[in-house]
Amino acid sequence: MALDFGFTDEHDELRATVRAFLEDKSDEVAVREHMASERGFDPALWAQMAEQIGLAGLIVPEEYGGAGMGFVEVLVVMEEMGRALACAPFLSTGVFAPTLLQHCADEAARKELLAGIAAGRTRVAVAYAEPNGRWDAAGITLAAEGSDADLTLTGTKTYVLDGHTADVLLVVARDGDGLGVFRVDAGARGLTRTALPELDLTRKLARVDFAKTPATRVHPGDQTAAFERVLALVAAALAAEQVGGAQKCLDMAVEYAKTRLQFGRPIGSYQGIKHKCADMLVAVEFAKSAAYNACLAAAEGDADLVENASMAKAYCSKAYFHAAADNIQIHGGMGFTWEHPAHLYFKRAKASELLFGDAPYHREIVAREVGI
Amino acid sequence: MSGSRQMSEEELRRRTRALLDEVHPETTDAIPFRRKQFEHGLAWVHFPEGHGGLGLSPKMNVVVQDEISKHSKVVHHDPGASIIGIGMGAPVVLTYGTEEMKRDLLPRIFSGEDIWCQMFSEPSAGSDVAGLATRAERDGDEWVVNGQKVWTTVAHLARWGMLLARTNPDVPKHDGLSYFLLDMHAPGVEVRPLYQITGEAEFNEVFFTDVRIPHDRMLGKEGQGWRVAITTLMNERVAIGGGGSSRKGGGGIAQLLKLWKDRAEGAFSPSQEAMLRDRVTQSWIENELLRVTSQRARAAQKAGNPGPEGSVSKLAQAEINKRMWEIGIDVMGPTGLTFEAGYELRQGFSALDTTEELAKYQFLRSRANSIEGGTSEIMRNILGERVLGLPGEPRVDKDVAWKDVPRS
Repeated sequence: MALDFGFTDEHDELRATVRAFLEDKSDEVAVREHMASERGFDPALWAQMAEQIGLAGLIVPEEYGGAGMGFVEVLVVMEEMGRALACAPFLSTGVFAPTLLQHCADEAARKELLAGIAAGRTRVAVAYAEPNGRWDAAGITLAAEGSDADLTLTGTKTYVLDGHTADVLLVVARDGDGLGVFRVDAGARGLTRTALPELDLTRKLARVDFAKTPATRVHPGDQTAAFERVLALVAAALAAEQVGGAQKCLDMAVEYAKTRLQFGRPIGSYQGIKHKCADMLVAVEFAKSAAYNACLAAAEGDADLVENASMAKAYCSKAYFHAAADNIQIHGGMGFTWEHPAHLYFKRAKASELLFGDAPYHREIVAREVGI
Repeated sequence: MSGSRQMSEEELRRRTRALLDEVHPETTDAIPFRRKQFEHGLAWVHFPEGHGGLGLSPKMNVVVQDEISKHSKVVHHDPGASIIGIGMGAPVVLTYGTEEMKRDLLPRIFSGEDIWCQMFSEPSAGSDVAGLATRAERDGDEWVVNGQKVWTTVAHLARWGMLLARTNPDVPKHDGLSYFLLDMHAPGVEVRPLYQITGEAEFNEVFFTDVRIPHDRMLGKEGQGWRVAITTLMNERVAIGGGGSSRKGGGGIAQLLKLWKDRAEGAFSPSQEAMLRDRVTQSWIENELLRVTSQRARAAQKAGNPGPEGSVSKLAQAEINKRMWEIGIDVMGPTGLTFEAGYELRQGFSALDTTEELAKYQFLRSRANSIEGGTSEIMRNILGERVLGLPGEPRVDKDVAWKDVPRS
């Protein structure tokens, strides 16, 4: 995607490949199977995603065995994943962790982890939010104890994406240098990981408790600014996923409105339904603009990334939620059943709205960046 | 009308310089200059030779403009009041007019000597313009017109009007319309300013009382008025809802931000302040996404696969604009209670010197955004039916004689 928002043939090809793969291997039956498991995904399927279509290493630089792609490719994949409600550790291991390693880790740490991520061997989760419920870097209070060779962590991180299943945790915490990233391996002493009972069953979060757990700082120095940029990048990626979900809800609603007959005609011929669909269309197109704009800023390293990413997360969160809610309404009683997939999108929409900061949180960032 | 003829850009530039050698905008007034421009075929190059054009592609028009502005500090642009004549009148005369009409009318449209207006909308025919009721009845070689039009831009200045009238009430609505060229100076034509909620009159009402039009001023055949009108509308250059500012933070949102920054200190409690700030931010985001959506639409158009991003702008912009100016008033606090003194019933625009005055004016003017050029309800129907493919509503007036259709 160049500056003028056109996708290239390669992007279209990537989209077609991911869509075909997910239609084949991650249909609704598969999604319901994964969401019923505590792990939340199928390791064999993740291995296939890594090996067959290279998703695990999508943005891992080529020198570490990845595809070396950027955020436009992340956008394309996230849109498709959101559309399919795919249950896979792509956002955690495929996007968040490699982005954090790129921005806040030194060469040694990258070398240790990125090749494993790209190969689909190592799953890495990022633990940063705490029970205080804050999503900003300043809200992080967990502090490391001890000195260089003998660092430990004691405290709690929560809402950790795929935190209970990851092989490695990258914990964002403080020490004398300021904010930093600390590596903790799955088998470490004093580490307790608990899957959270969740609204959205299709994406798993965990609470992680540390009790004098050994940790290694992956890079010296205060990483606050770099980490804030990482948060913006992850918000942009999540916004893209929301676009995919919102588009799918619109497609489902329109399809149903064309075929469902009441009072002798398709319900989509009534303005009460038609106008709802038209408003969804406007919101979905605007959401695309927001997410594309943010991922473009991410891909090109723009100075206004933070503003654009927060704009996208704020707008796409609401657009997805409204599309998912209206999709239930348009499906009527059918849309309220467990059997129909409408509630899966509704729950994913609300959960992804809250994850990494809701719309008012991100509008606050936009206001600050723009100077409102 | 679209160019089949080939001419190099260099040749067109040479011809433009030849025009400038003969008459120069810096030393010639607009009307005589534009008359000469017409004679040289440089008025609208996509028109045929002899009618102000050279039979080229419409894309070549910018070449003429470019060459003129390269060689002259003064440029005689299309006069503002001529926009309807140039954008809609000229194409319809070219397509449906007699040779005599083309010869007489086209040069005067382009020169700006004749202002044109378009008379389609009526008090009882807004969104459903094909249901209009102005009657034209045949009397020998003439038609006698009675009725009323509304929202007629520049009617008070117009020499000619494009009139859509009902010539047969006994057939379904689209089939009973005919299209006339009306002499606005004819007896029985009365133009009155139409005052709107801003207090000014941008538009007019036009009343017809036994107005006589010679039969040969009918454009197209009797009963084909709707088709002719569609041609006119397709040529409409007046784009309403072009997709917002092309510059980040430009246009109305810049004014809103200024109002926000200039707000009176202590006028709001901290919680009111927080709510207002969030609304201003939401408006910023909406305006920014409107701009980006237009950018996407242009990119898709250029790539040859326009998608829905191009269709949503009219609806979105109307609603965004209305919300934005509501916030503008709210940000002013009690100052929003006051308004420019004596703003009622004036023809012509008020001078809007301050951001506050502009915002107050726009607060009123923006209400029209979701009505003019297709109401938001009609736009939602269009998006629902043409973009999403939802079925239309059953039409109760489709196969019924116009006279038997209930109307307000």
